[in-house]
Amino acid sequence: MGDLIFEAHALRYRYPGAAQEAVCDVSLDVPAGELLGIVGPNGSGKTTLLRLLLGVVRPSSGVTLTGGRSAHTWTPRALAREVGVVVQREEPAFPLRVRQSVEFGRYAHLGALGVPGPRDREAVERALERCDVARLADRWVGTLSGGEWQRVRVARALAQEPRALVLDEATASLDIRHEMEVFELAAELVRLEGLAGVLVTHRVNLAARFVDRIVIMDRGIARATGRPSDVLTREVVQGVFQWPVAVQEWDGVPQVIPLRRGRPGEDA
Amino acid sequence: MSRWLALGGLSAVAIAVGILVGPAPVPPRDVWEALGGGGDAATVAIVRELRLPRVVLAFLIGGCLAVTGAALQALVRNPLADPYLLGLSGGAGLGAVAAIALGLGGAWGVPVAALVGALLAILLVYRVALVAGSVLDTRVLILGGVVVGAFAASIMGAIMALSPAPEVRNALMWLLGSFERASWRSVTVFAAYAVVPLAVLYARARDLDLLSLGDEPAHHLGTNVERAKRVLYVTASLLTAVAVSLAGIIGFVGLVIPHAVRLVLGHLHRVLLPAAFLLGGTLLVAADALARTVFEPVELPVGVVTALIGVPVFILLVRRWAT
Repeated sequence: MGDLIFEAHALRYRYPGAAQEAVCDVSLDVPAGELLGIVGPNGSGKTTLLRLLLGVVRPSSGVTLTGGRSAHTWTPRALAREVGVVVQREEPAFPLRVRQSVEFGRYAHLGALGVPGPRDREAVERALERCDVARLADRWVGTLSGGEWQRVRVARALAQEPRALVLDEATASLDIRHEMEVFELAAELVRLEGLAGVLVTHRVNLAARFVDRIVIMDRGIARATGRPSDVLTREVVQGVFQWPVAVQEWDGVPQVIPLRRGRPGEDA
Repeated sequence: MSRWLALGGLSAVAIAVGILVGPAPVPPRDVWEALGGGGDAATVAIVRELRLPRVVLAFLIGGCLAVTGAALQALVRNPLADPYLLGLSGGAGLGAVAAIALGLGGAWGVPVAALVGALLAILLVYRVALVAGSVLDTRVLILGGVVVGAFAASIMGAIMALSPAPEVRNALMWLLGSFERASWRSVTVFAAYAVVPLAVLYARARDLDLLSLGDEPAHHLGTNVERAKRVLYVTASLLTAVAVSLAGIIGFVGLVIPHAVRLVLGHLHRVLLPAAFLLGGTLLVAADALARTVFEPVELPVGVVTALIGVPVFILLVRRWAT
């Protein structure tokens, strides 16, 4: 365990004009070398929590620290040198090659003239290698598969040479193999590069297998926080997702199986 | 490097042709002499006071239109964007037509009225686009531009319908673009004005690269999205407003040139913007040379020529894109 990269204490946030708080009294921390999963159903406040951690919005009350500094006081440029973020969808308006797209990860590091130096080129090559997309470097991003494009964007985040890596529903549209590849890559980067990792997803089972700790969000409240085996009990998951489930152990972590209505042996 | 040399060479050729051709037949050797101030006084006046400022102004305005087109295409993430997208051509046209109809003459009556119209349109569109407090929504920006433009066009139509025929013809010619009124003074005014907006756009080249990915990725890669969008939108609009007020509405340069450059040099704005400037200037000088000579002694509006060249080129580009 290293330095704390993300810290949140008693965070609250209400969107202007909203009746309910989108995030209500959430505390968490993510040290370097640890992967945190934020799970929960649609509209449970996962994305708002992330926006708070990244300083995109300012908490109504409570504190978020990123790298020891109040999250919303970072300029986007300074924060981009600390935190790499991969979001769900991204469609470039113009054709772009893979290497160029990874070079965009260096923009926050470039000086006034914007000319990349040897260190920038090194970081790009390393990121391409590290995410196993070096052989795609000269392809147009429009010709990549969904999984390849996502790995390229992880590479771009890595080229930022950040201390934290955040994946926001980054695998939501991918098939099993490509989804697994992205999760494996993220988990490996967190362990081997000592990054603080945050994985926002509604795939509870995948989160359980990859993350060190998990926060399960329910209507703005962190229903439970801890190791997956402590958090993902039948009561908690059923309560949060509003659907009957069974929980079985696989590979030492709990896996959630949604039940069918009116099937013998399934008590839904 | 060789590509830059080719672009520079192309620009030089276009400028040379632009100076060599015109309604008064002057042999190339005399043109060369007149440029240096030699030869008879009439030729010197034609070359140095008519053709040269006209070519220079056409080059500068063509370059600026291409640069703003490139910047706006990235800003609104829409390859069909052009400098007039944001409604200011409607405002400028309305200003100019009103000035012509009211007989506000003088060398600067029409340009100033056009500039005022363009600025009012920009202001109106910008207000419309500032929905939800501070977020500059580019989709609303486009819609605002379209409706403000349509509104201005309808008032313009009413004014033209109520005006006597010669005024209408003058207004129409102005709307389609012309460098007939180019002078060293307009060149100086425009050049002095354009330096700052061009520098600002170029300084934002990396922001443009990132904004073309979308707001969210651009933010996470280090762009202050809100501020960048405002600066880019206001700068591009102000640059176009003055270009329009001096030369009328010249379409397709700002739409086609950025795409042509992207095909050859890629879409990184550090390269794209200067290359678009050179190619846009080249195209407009060439189009103006054609406008002056094809039906001489009658001049075609230069906007007609750029559209005649621009549309087929654009269709070719779109076809190439589709494959």
